[in-house]
Amino acid sequence: MKKIALLFISIALFVSCNSDDNAGNVITDDTTGPTLVSVDFNFTQNFDGENIVNADFDELKFTNENGQTMSISKLVYLISDITFENSSGEVFTAGDYNLVDVRNTSNLTFTPDVTIPEGTYTVSFTYGFNDEDNVNGAYEDLNVADGTWSVPEPLGGGYHYMRLEGKYINSINEEIGYQFHNVRANDMSTTPLTLKDTSIEVILGSITIVDGATIEVKMDVAEWFKNPNLWDLNTEFQMLMPNYDAQLRMNENGQNVFSLGEVTPAI
Amino acid sequence: MLVACSSDDSPTYVPTPAALNIPAFFDQSIPDPIIPTDNPLTEEGIALGRQLFFDPILSRDNSIACADCHRPENAFSDPRQFSVGITGDKGFRNSMPLQNLAWNFNLKFNWDGSASSLEDQMFGPVVNPVEMDNTWPNVERTLQDHPAYPLLFEQAFGNRNIDSTMVTKALSQFVRTLISGNSKFDRHLAGTAQLSESEERGLALYQDEAGGDCFHCHGLPATPLWTDNSFHNNGLDAVITDRGLGEFSGDPREFGLFRSPSLRNLAFTAPYMHDGRFATLEEVIDFYSEGLQFSETIDPLMKNVGQGGVQLTPEEKTDLIAFLLTLSEPEFTTNPAFQNPNQ
Repeated sequence: MKKIALLFISIALFVSCNSDDNAGNVITDDTTGPTLVSVDFNFTQNFDGENIVNADFDELKFTNENGQTMSISKLVYLISDITFENSSGEVFTAGDYNLVDVRNTSNLTFTPDVTIPEGTYTVSFTYGFNDEDNVNGAYEDLNVADGTWSVPEPLGGGYHYMRLEGKYINSINEEIGYQFHNVRANDMSTTPLTLKDTSIEVILGSITIVDGATIEVKMDVAEWFKNPNLWDLNTEFQMLMPNYDAQLRMNENGQNVFSLGEVTPAI
Repeated sequence: MLVACSSDDSPTYVPTPAALNIPAFFDQSIPDPIIPTDNPLTEEGIALGRQLFFDPILSRDNSIACADCHRPENAFSDPRQFSVGITGDKGFRNSMPLQNLAWNFNLKFNWDGSASSLEDQMFGPVVNPVEMDNTWPNVERTLQDHPAYPLLFEQAFGNRNIDSTMVTKALSQFVRTLISGNSKFDRHLAGTAQLSESEERGLALYQDEAGGDCFHCHGLPATPLWTDNSFHNNGLDAVITDRGLGEFSGDPREFGLFRSPSLRNLAFTAPYMHDGRFATLEEVIDFYSEGLQFSETIDPLMKNVGQGGVQLTPEEKTDLIAFLLTLSEPEFTTNPAFQNPNQ
């Protein structure tokens, strides 16, 4: 995987991205330095608290906030820039990314390519790519991931944040496919194209990290359809990528999609 | 290369490492091709694979070769709806084109994903009763008794005791060299060719989620493969009779799913779809526009199924086809390195 660079250091430094694959782990330790540890992230998904497993896919078993029966056939999403900030303002990040494919159970566990001293940190990540990282065609693996994870250039290029697909029962009791695809918002009615970064910074909270730490990140899929915008699949079920307003509302609903789950070992 | 003599004075051959002729854009935009560590490319291995590909010796009655159903002039597909085996029986799926297969990162080959590598795939047609109808022991014996093959195998693999694994490895090496990356559209991306207005409109339609929305299964210009190498029920039938991926996996949710073919070289790969039901590109586009059929496993990406599809105008259909044909590369079908070495 082509990694975005890496760095650490102090709050005064900014996290920049490049394609330098040679960047090593940031922290070099000496014999008197602190113990450096890596951190595993475990991504789990649920629908209003009900865990989603492979057997749930393609089953019309979920009911969204609008009362519509729906299934999930695909759930693939991108997270990036997992960041650890300690109380002194020091920031640790590998600046790398992970594409979670729930149905195929791939990349459900991810270990950012950075080691940090044991301690307490505010842990955060970006859902999707922020504009700095969302560079058209920049990531070889994403160019072919899940077919192609790219977004057409006429829609601003870059990469999808999420593909959530399935079927729902519409108002006349037909089974209809939906494609809830989340990308950078783009307004094609303007020249030049208006783009708005609709990635989401997710702050998981303060977490004490020790050797062997695993952090669960929970996604509640139902939240995409719930709050603050009640989503009606009858009117918005497809062709959402070029729908600027729909992308903004996805961003709003996405604010409460992710939450901190179990942290092990418990402190 | 003859490099040394062993203790029994028999010659020992060390094959010459070879590299794929990878187009620059492939190198820049997608990961490296998959070359199994136990089957590295060699000059001798590729040459042997090419020889075998065009030689009917693999079939039981020495009547058909791989190339009879994977013809160079058809981008290594078959212009017949169903290929005909040595007994005259037909298969039930259209022969897939062979191109850029070293970049199938899903590692699921055939229309139904039933092979997990190229080498794995090569085992099938030789013994399939409606294809070559042979047995591997018979193939091994026939090749071993041949005046030329034992030496060719020794040169390629350092071993003149021929077995089925060596045969499939050689064939796979040759097939990995079948790279198509110099179509008009590739040259357009490189700045050396210009699309017509119709082709440009077709490209826009292809990338428009509210238009053709072809890209979710067939990729974007940022990626040179023009397939997701994944599996979909694209709405061909209301009643599924060929289970496709589901037949292999046993998962009812995968009944009727087939691998997306690459859109490269469509000018040469008719007929289309897994069962070759459409003779022309026009029929294909009409199907996606007005002919979709709902079934339980239809992919959610298929839009407006109730209305039959994406409802393109005649002008849009013409433009879309014009664009799709820019992905064809006549030179791929005539590349001397890909032709029968005995002609």
